[in-house]
Amino acid sequence: MAKNRRSFNQLTPGWDFTFSTLLILTSLLVLIPMALVIIVSFSAESSISNRGFAFIPEAWSLDGYRYLGKMGSQVMDSYLVTIAHTLLGTACSLSVMSMYAYVLAQRNFPARTFLTWFLAFTMLFSGGLVPSYIMNVRYYNLYNSFWIFILPSLVSAYNVIMLRTFITTTIPDTLFEAGKIDGAGHFRIFFQIVLPLFQAGLATIGLFNVVARWNDWFTGLLYIQNSKLIPLQTLLQKIQSTIDFLKNNSQVANTPEGIEMLRNLPTQNLRMACTVIVVAPMLMVYPFFQRYFVTGLTIGSIKG
Amino acid sequence: MTEATHNIRQKKRRFFRREDLALYVMALPTIIFLVMFAYAPMFGLIMAFQDLNITKGILGSPYVGFKNFEFLFSTTDAYVITRNTVLYNLAFMTVNTLVAVIMALMLSELRNRRMAKGLQTVYMLPHFLSWTVVAIVLTAFLDRSYGVVNQIIIATGGKGMVDWYRQKDIWPPLLVFINAWKGVGYSTVLYLAVISGISEEYYEAAVLDGASKFQQARFITLPHLRFVISISLIMAMGSIFRGDFGLFYSVTKDSGRLYAVTDVIDTYIYRGLTKLSNVGMSTAAGLYQSAVGFIFLLGANWVVTKIDPESAMF
Repeated sequence: MAKNRRSFNQLTPGWDFTFSTLLILTSLLVLIPMALVIIVSFSAESSISNRGFAFIPEAWSLDGYRYLGKMGSQVMDSYLVTIAHTLLGTACSLSVMSMYAYVLAQRNFPARTFLTWFLAFTMLFSGGLVPSYIMNVRYYNLYNSFWIFILPSLVSAYNVIMLRTFITTTIPDTLFEAGKIDGAGHFRIFFQIVLPLFQAGLATIGLFNVVARWNDWFTGLLYIQNSKLIPLQTLLQKIQSTIDFLKNNSQVANTPEGIEMLRNLPTQNLRMACTVIVVAPMLMVYPFFQRYFVTGLTIGSIKG
Repeated sequence: MTEATHNIRQKKRRFFRREDLALYVMALPTIIFLVMFAYAPMFGLIMAFQDLNITKGILGSPYVGFKNFEFLFSTTDAYVITRNTVLYNLAFMTVNTLVAVIMALMLSELRNRRMAKGLQTVYMLPHFLSWTVVAIVLTAFLDRSYGVVNQIIIATGGKGMVDWYRQKDIWPPLLVFINAWKGVGYSTVLYLAVISGISEEYYEAAVLDGASKFQQARFITLPHLRFVISISLIMAMGSIFRGDFGLFYSVTKDSGRLYAVTDVIDTYIYRGLTKLSNVGMSTAAGLYQSAVGFIFLLGANWVVTKIDPESAMF
């Protein structure tokens, strides 16, 4: 960022004020909708039915969250699925992709060109949704399986190319050569020389992965019926399209008091409460990791 | 030196060298992945020429030639989804780039640098939300019974109770706005990173020559941004045939009344697969999308090689 720049070449106070005002107003376009969702999640259902979604509700209430807690099993299951999808998926992706990126970074490797093309071609052309679906369901048996979250999204060609660029730009070839002369094999060079020098690259791609996986609702929508395996985002999508989904898929529906509870279910603030718990973890961490995204962006635009 | 090069050349002839074994082992997981999840589905595209019977599988199903394509192009569907996909993508590219450049220019000039940093963080926020969440945020405004917009209409004496998810007219501009809402922050931060990398000397020289702020933006900052902008535009051209599924499916609540203006190739394929169970035609649409997309991508890459060979993908 421009530190202290142009003390002699600054905006006139008038323009500075104009720009600041415009930019702050723009930021309200982001902040106000988010605030509304949070406020509604804490509004009483009675207030919502009288006045709709309001920035200042007639009455506050924790009912949305309370019911979310009571219907806990589904939400807990979904949280676990999402966390496993995110953490395990990212770990697997990073290991597999960074090894391939290391291979592509070896200038003297005869198969390098072929392997690069073998990967890059998948960026140009793809079978698309339907053949992938048929393959995954009919031939790989991934329908209603947890592995659907890990396997088809294991490697992103684009990310591998970025990782390769990270390696070639941050680690000089001579380091590989030095390792070889010292008699280290490729695995040793990879784990002891490359990985330690490579943390910024891994962090960037890892964060891309974490965000994509945390926000993945489509895989669950397409491949999962079993409510134990529905990730949070898919749960939210289902609540959004049929607010009854939670009612039908909750164990409390089996008890008399549970049925009574479901009749009075505060559906509107429940939906917003669910949104808040889905979004909160991401919003709490992203300001700290923002800079990695910027690095990734720059690398990505240098080498697609 | 020449001897060494010669030596390397000699070695290159041999494709499999013992010392490379480890490299093949490291590449193996990705190779298996690519075969199973990228190349096998490509092979699966022959379903576009079949009347698929799931139990018989891809190898056992009967071939029907171009029937699925005839079916796809016999209705106006193919035209509508192609038009929507392309026009939306063009609008997204234009609006997002313009807004992001203007915002980056303004942000880079703010005197209060801490505020500029804070604003950046706020603008990035929607990038971290899923389309499902964006859809719910939008419902808070557009919901028929409770939404803020209808509440305001009632409060100001209007009739209210408009079902916005059935009003075709508002959706094209609305979708462009929502896409910008989610995407502009990201591009702004990218452009800002480029701007902050521009050497201070250019501006100092410009000031000495008596250039105004506006002239500095016009003759120094924008030319520096031109490169990254053209690359990202060309990239976007390469994926002009891909509709953002989440935006067109989730944000519109998959409302049938809106299909004429919101249906894109990706949502059409999804519906063909899940609701209509018309797998053959869906695959045909997918093949159409991939093939035309491929041509666009090659074209885009060709343009990049003309502008800047270094940035070309291949």
